[in-house]
Amino acid sequence: MRIDVKKTYKLYIGGAFPRSESGRSYEISDKKGNFIANPAQASRKDLRDAVVAARAAHSGWSSATAFNRGQILYRVAEIMEGRTSQFVDEIVATEGVAPAAAKKQVQEAIDLWVWYSGWCDKIGSIYGSTNQVSGAFYNFTIPESVGVVAAFAPQKSSLLGLVHTIAPIIAGGNTVIAIASEKLPLCAITLSEALATSDLPGGVVNILTGITSELAPWAGSHMEIDAIDASGLTSSQDKEVRVSGADNLKRISSFKAEATPQRLLAFMEHKTVWHPIGI
Amino acid sequence: MRVMDGTLPSIKGFLKTLSPVDQVGAEARAAMLATRSIKTSSKSWAIDMAISMIDLTTLEGADTAGKVKAICNKAVRPDPSDSTVPHVGAICVYNDMVRVAREHLDASGGKDIPVAAVSTAFPSGRASLEVKKRDTEDAIANGAAEIDMVIDRGAFLSGDLVKVFNEIEFIKSICGDKAHLKVILETGELVTLDNVRKASYLAMAAGADFIKTSTGKVSPAATAPVVLVMLEAVRDWYEMTGTRIGVKPAGGIRTTKDAIKQLVLVNETAGPEWLNPGLFRIGASALLNDLLMQRMKLRDGHYAGSNYVTLD
Repeated sequence: MRIDVKKTYKLYIGGAFPRSESGRSYEISDKKGNFIANPAQASRKDLRDAVVAARAAHSGWSSATAFNRGQILYRVAEIMEGRTSQFVDEIVATEGVAPAAAKKQVQEAIDLWVWYSGWCDKIGSIYGSTNQVSGAFYNFTIPESVGVVAAFAPQKSSLLGLVHTIAPIIAGGNTVIAIASEKLPLCAITLSEALATSDLPGGVVNILTGITSELAPWAGSHMEIDAIDASGLTSSQDKEVRVSGADNLKRISSFKAEATPQRLLAFMEHKTVWHPIGI
Repeated sequence: MRVMDGTLPSIKGFLKTLSPVDQVGAEARAAMLATRSIKTSSKSWAIDMAISMIDLTTLEGADTAGKVKAICNKAVRPDPSDSTVPHVGAICVYNDMVRVAREHLDASGGKDIPVAAVSTAFPSGRASLEVKKRDTEDAIANGAAEIDMVIDRGAFLSGDLVKVFNEIEFIKSICGDKAHLKVILETGELVTLDNVRKASYLAMAAGADFIKTSTGKVSPAATAPVVLVMLEAVRDWYEMTGTRIGVKPAGGIRTTKDAIKQLVLVNETAGPEWLNPGLFRIGASALLNDLLMQRMKLRDGHYAGSNYVTLD
């Protein structure tokens, strides 16, 4: 007779897996109300720590070559592939779907990393431009990352929605604090374990699990956060975040679950540089 | 009261009376005090106290007059958007920047902020006594009101305590009443807490007004157990002689939490009399921005951003 070794679901901040500083956890259950796990319930101070980690990681990640970022995103897909069955089990447990449907979700999520991996070194050429100006200058417009992004992942999808959220943000050179779906957070933690073993520098992706309505106001007003993906917020939370986020002119966007380069561009700013010809 | 003169028997005789430091006990006590939770109005008080205790420091080979002027401006008015923020305790620079700092402070409303100069061949202390003398005289002549000297760690560790004692006494005689003398023990090179205790007493007996942990160029710097031992030394020195000596931790104190931990150590070890910039200073540069951001958080109710404080 063997006693099962249960997994402690923790947060992912700055490349480490801490418990919530508050010591709290909350209970999640399946559709029938059966207990599944006690993930960590992140507090505003965990959010604060994650922002510090994300800011510290931003200069290195945004200045890495786009090619290198692409390689690392592809590596995430490779690592996830090996954990497919773990993701499938968690999706089946939390979403209550059939294993085949769960597997399809996982594979789509993995393919999404590959897709965004390809975008890393192409976004600049496709959405940047060489501009005609009347003068002896080259004039370029280049999309650059905005900085630190807080991302509220969609509530109804445990893995695919989260990858839809995170991948384009970091593909563009931003660092992210992702707040996982409140009721479906298990895949988020397993994803962070994949990220931690896939050459991604610590702090580029930080993942928090917890109560969305508790964290959203603090993210909205935090002056160190430059942009918010509000896909996982209710319309009233969305409005609240837009009001408090106006203080430091945050870029705030919500998305449908689709892969599009517009998701990268939502968290990029266009910089125009002038360079004299002949020097 | 003179507890030792400059002879080896008297120094050794006195140091022999010191009890050895219980290292495990010191670490446990420092760790226990670090768990104190300081919130709301106490935190607000502690932040302002910590700001007023900062020796705002720039000690880089790449320092320029422009950079020194910039930190002087910051010393006078740490947060330009909030006039209720107190000014810092002092400016700490290399010898050749003392005049720049003094003149700029005088011209920009910082007359009551002293300039501290690191002296005696900082940070190594490896120079002849003549050079150390000139270094110190020059800094004072250019307007330094505080001298941060380094001890000769090589001499201390090889047992030449007379040399260490005499050097401190000599630099003190140059400072006279024109400048405060802070003696840097460079605890990161002293190896044991026992040595920290001995060096503290040696410095105090030789005339130090302040004992300072480190240059900031050696790691580890101002660790909590070291500061604890030094605070115990000044407390016991006060009981023995009636004179209060200041303490200055420097190096590695970067966050508001670190600074508040230091204040707790002071209050619980030396006592509340030491909780003022005349007897406790914190040598730091990046710390000030974190204190300002924490202050903004308390004032505004939301987290502040690093874009809203000045770059150093």
